[in-house]
Formats: sequence, C-alpha cells, structure tokens
Amino acid sequence: MYTCAKSRAGAGAVWAALLVLSASPVCSRGDEPPPLSPPGSFFAPGPFVHRDGATLYRAICQGCHMPDARGAQGAGMYPALAANPKLASPSYPVLTVLNGRRGMPSLGVYLSDEQVAEVVNFVRTHFDNHYADAVAAGDVAKLRKPQGGTP
Amino acid sequence: MSDAETSISRRDLLRRIGQTAGAAMMYRSMSALGFAGESNYTGPIDLSGAPRGTSVLVLGAGMAGLVAAYELSRAGYQVKVLEYNQRAGGRSWTLRGGDDYTELGGFKQHCQFDPGLYVNPGPWRIPYHHNAMLDYAKRFKVPLEPFNEINYNAYLHSSTAFGGKPQRYRHVYSDFRGHVTELLSKAVHKGQLDADVSAEDKDKLLEALRNWGFLDKDRRYLKSEYVSLSRGFEVDPGGGLAPRPVPSEPLRFDELLRSGLWGYLSSPFDYELDPSLFQPVGGMDRIAKAIHHEIAPLVQFGAKVVKIDQGERGVDVSYVDAQHGGAPRHATADWCICTIPLSILNQLEVRVGEAMQAAIQAVAYEAVVKVGLQFKRRFWEEDERIYGGITYTDLPIQMIGYPMAGQNNVGKGVLLGGYIWGASAYEFTAMTPEQRVRKAVELGAQIHPQYKDEFENGIAVAWHRVPFSNGCFANWSDEAREKHYENLCQIDGRVMLAGEHASRLPAWQEGAVLSALDAIGRLHRRVVASHAGA
Repeated sequence: MYTCAKSRAGAGAVWAALLVLSASPVCSRGDEPPPLSPPGSFFAPGPFVHRDGATLYRAICQGCHMPDARGAQGAGMYPALAANPKLASPSYPVLTVLNGRRGMPSLGVYLSDEQVAEVVNFVRTHFDNHYADAVAAGDVAKLRKPQGGTP
Repeated sequence: MSDAETSISRRDLLRRIGQTAGAAMMYRSMSALGFAGESNYTGPIDLSGAPRGTSVLVLGAGMAGLVAAYELSRAGYQVKVLEYNQRAGGRSWTLRGGDDYTELGGFKQHCQFDPGLYVNPGPWRIPYHHNAMLDYAKRFKVPLEPFNEINYNAYLHSSTAFGGKPQRYRHVYSDFRGHVTELLSKAVHKGQLDADVSAEDKDKLLEALRNWGFLDKDRRYLKSEYVSLSRGFEVDPGGGLAPRPVPSEPLRFDELLRSGLWGYLSSPFDYELDPSLFQPVGGMDRIAKAIHHEIAPLVQFGAKVVKIDQGERGVDVSYVDAQHGGAPRHATADWCICTIPLSILNQLEVRVGEAMQAAIQAVAYEAVVKVGLQFKRRFWEEDERIYGGITYTDLPIQMIGYPMAGQNNVGKGVLLGGYIWGASAYEFTAMTPEQRVRKAVELGAQIHPQYKDEFENGIAVAWHRVPFSNGCFANWSDEAREKHYENLCQIDGRVMLAGEHASRLPAWQEGAVLSALDAIGRLHRRVVASHAGA
C-alpha cells in the first residue's frame, strides 16, 4: 500500500530507486510517515520543517501525486510526476510549487527557497525522471513573485 | 524597552500571525475575501411561468445540484441530474458504521463506528443566519439540534505554555478579560486616557470595566469568591454540611500573555461561529438526503462527466460509468447547471467562453483533513465535564470536537479527533488513513490521556484525496476573485455554474445553496424572457 519509489524500466531508474532507499529515512523505516512539522506558533501550524527533497516529497507531494508518483484517477485526476516530460524545464516545477497550478494550491508560503529546490531536484531525479541540471535556491528566489503569495 | 521598539515588535508579531495560515486566521481571511454577510435568502424561490417542456441538465447532486434540481422540477422544468458518487450529498457527507470509503490512490477504509455514531467529514455546523439551509431543513422536516461552537469548559492548549497542560477556556477567558480590564481601569483612573474619554464618560467607563472584568472595588482582578463566579471555584459550593466553596487562583497575566492562548478567544465573536449554530440530528447528510428523496427518480448515480459541449440549441454532456468507464454516453438538454467543483471541472473538456474558462482555471482547492475517533466511553463528559464544543490546540490536530448528540449518555462516543488546516493538512494527507488515525490518537492523548485506554477505531478523510472533489473548497485568492468571480457566475450560452465556488460564502453549504438559487433564478428569467420574445 505504501511503497517507496519503484522503477519500471532501465538501469538508471533502478539506481535512482536505490538512492531513494538509502537517502530517505522514511523508506528505511518501512511504513512510517515523516515526522510532522511541529507547530510554529499558536496560529501557525507550519511551515514545513523537513529539509531534504525525499522527506518533503513524502510529507507533501505524495498526498495527491501518490507515493509512487503515478498520480491518481477519480472524478478528475492528479497528474503523474513519474516520467513526466513537463519536468524537463526546471522552472516549470519550481513555479508550480511556488504558485500552485489550477486546482493545486500554492506552497510557496510554506516552503523556503532551499526546500523548493530540494523537492524539485528530488522529483526531477527520481520516479523515472533523469534531469541532471539541479535547481539552486537562488534560482527559486528569482522565480518567486515579488510580493510572495498569501495563504 | 523604548516605545519604538515595542511598537516594532508588536507590529512584527501581528505580521507573523497574519502571514501564517492557522485555521482561525484562514477562516477569517476567507470570510473577509468573500465579504461574508447575512444570507440574502428571503424564502422559497418563485419560478412560476416556466415554459412547458424546457429541460435542464444538472451536473452534481451535492447541496447546490439538489436544490437546483428540486426547485426547477417543482417549477415544471424537465430535470435530469448526473452524479459521480453512488449517493447524494457530495461534500455534505456523513460517515457511519458499515460505510466503506476508498480515497484516491486506492486506500480503503471501513467505518467501524457503533450504531448511531458518526462523523461529518465535510460541513458540520449551520450558523443561525444561514437562512436558506435552515429553511430547507424546515421545509423537508429535518430535525436540527444545537451545535455549541463555544464550550467554556473545553480546553485551550499550547504545547509550549503552562508545561503543556491544557487550560480551561473559561480560565483563559476570564483571566485575560480580568487582567486587561484591570490594566485599562488603572490607566483611566490615573487620567492617562483623559484625552480620549470625557470627564462625564470616565466614571461610566470605570464602572463598565469593573462590571465586565469582575474587578473588586479597588479595580483589581484578584482571587476571590466574586471572581470565581466567572472562572469557577477550586471547590464548588455544595449542600448541607459540605465544605465552604474555595475560590480558584487566576492565571498570571504575564504567563497568559506569553502563552499565546489569547489567540483563540476571539473565535466565538466571529459572525459565522457565534451562537446559535445547528446540526441536523443524525448527521449532516440528512438535509441532502431529504431533498434527494423528493427527486430520486431524476438522479443518476455513478455517472462521471467527461465533456460538456453546447451549441445554440442546447447542451450535450458526455459521461461514462464512474466505476467501469467504457464508451461515453450522452445527456442532452436545453440548459445545464453545472455544480462540479472547479478542481474537477478544470480538467474536463468544457465548451464555454474564454472568460469563464479562465475563471474555472483560477481557483485552488484547499487541503483540509478530518479524523473521527470512537472511544469505549465518553470520558470527556464523565471525567472532564465537557459537553459539546471544541478544544483548540497548537498540535497538528488543531481541534478536538466533542459530540453534540447523545450527551450525558452512558456508553461509547465519537470525537472529531482532528480538524486540520494549513501545512499539517498536507502532512496528514500524505499519510495512509491508518497513519492519520494513529497520529491523531497519539497527539490527542497529550490533551486527553484517556485516549490510550479508551480508543477503539477511527476514520480519516483528507480532502485532497477525496475522489469526487480533489480538495475541500474553492480557496479564492483576493486577486483571483477580483478578476474572475463575476465571469464564473455568468450565463455562458446555455451553461451556468453553481456551488460554494460560485458564492461569496466559500466552503459553506449556504454558499452552495444561495449560488444555486441565484443561478436558477437568473436562468428562469432568461428562459421566460426568450419564450416571450419568440
């Protein structure tokens, strides 16, 4: 039911999956979710405390895009992030995380530039995605709207 | 500390509170964005004079779709409803023992609550000024019971204040009010506010503060029998030879200020949450079910809409079997009222103009999670004298809601073990249902240690994983509402949208119903006018 990143094809994908297994403390513990972010203040549950991309994916993205990143189908759908050619340009996922897209809420208010870069780099190098050009926090900062989003 | 420093730190604090996204603040900003006001419902809608044979296809059998279909069919329109689920109600939904629920990703839950116990994963309360909802409950003879939002004996809890020990709401409320009125009284008495208060009003103000804050004759808020009449006694008055009542000790003002617990004191003053509120007896879905009962033959369940097409003469909606898919079937009509949430609609092929299409794409759907927990006994009542109302906490579960039904009964009960917003809602959504329940029990035990022994079973609904809505409600940004809202609500050829997303009462059922009534009212006038002109 709750699986780590799996590969379907290719040695590169297998290697990527192994990286996930070793890098992600979540997967190494089996069925446990990442620890919850502690409350920031009385009115502010968050922002997310997790720093590494794998844990951020387990704590946030998989809610909709699913643990295997293959998305989901109901009355509507959630797109698969696995083997998704839209991830070729790094600014696409960065802007999507920062500002949301259609029904997807903006996560920019909850995440630092570093966290956005981490999670985008994770997705772009796992789940059958093999994009080597890593995003830096500075790239994210440039793409943030001047005012920032409001929750 | 200088005045400048004080004001900066205060401003900084307010800014930080304003920037973050806790439940209460989000609620309030939602209301502000929606310009929530009293419902403009004035009574049953009059759709008299409907031309014979005019057909309307309604998409979705949630509150908006049901109201639209019921009123249109009553007025003589030929109505058909397509609904994705195998039940009516949409987000107006109640989970009871025996119910199965499979969320996106295939995660299955089987509700194991005892008979009569339930949780409302969606809406759970109806404010007294939601006139349309109250009127539909009345017209369909759905009994209501009080929903007490505020319970002075429930808790306010901060994991970092008072050693993590939950505080009774009435202690925080009485003491905060008492200490603040004492301070203000001092300032007024010393003449420090003479520039703002006339000599004539000064005595009245001092008397008002004394009265309101339970201050003594010297304008102090101190441990006393008098103050205990507000915050409660250490030992309550008894009968016969029972000991004399013992006054309770107020919380220290500095500790109270630092605790941040004052942050929740304003919630019963929110227009949407102040008394009286109501719930349908037996579960929120009772109203939707009652309306559906009247129009059941018109509603087709298990129909997944895949395309909405229209031309000059009418609409043509393609749909497939929700479970098995297969070849699309078609439903045609003169007009279409589409109540499908924008989070789903924005993925369908919909033939509408650019302005409405842009509006459909402009709204994000919020992450919210609710957890229902069944316990072997009603320890919150038996041990802690909490009957209904809500405990607020800074733990990720954010709220514990105590049941309104069955109070003071012997036996089991179901708590709302979490009503989760903001960052925590994403984290709970990302868990399996079992993990959510386990986590809610683990966290709630910090407030009610009885959880450990008394917990039996639970069910958790994460709205982003709900297959028929992909989210909880349309969280319009200020900017998007300004730019797109009116375009969303137009008649586009032969298609109109309705639902909470097409209202200024986001997330509330009242918004869905008012939106449906507004849409069918305008549609009716259009139809009547075009027939008169033809």
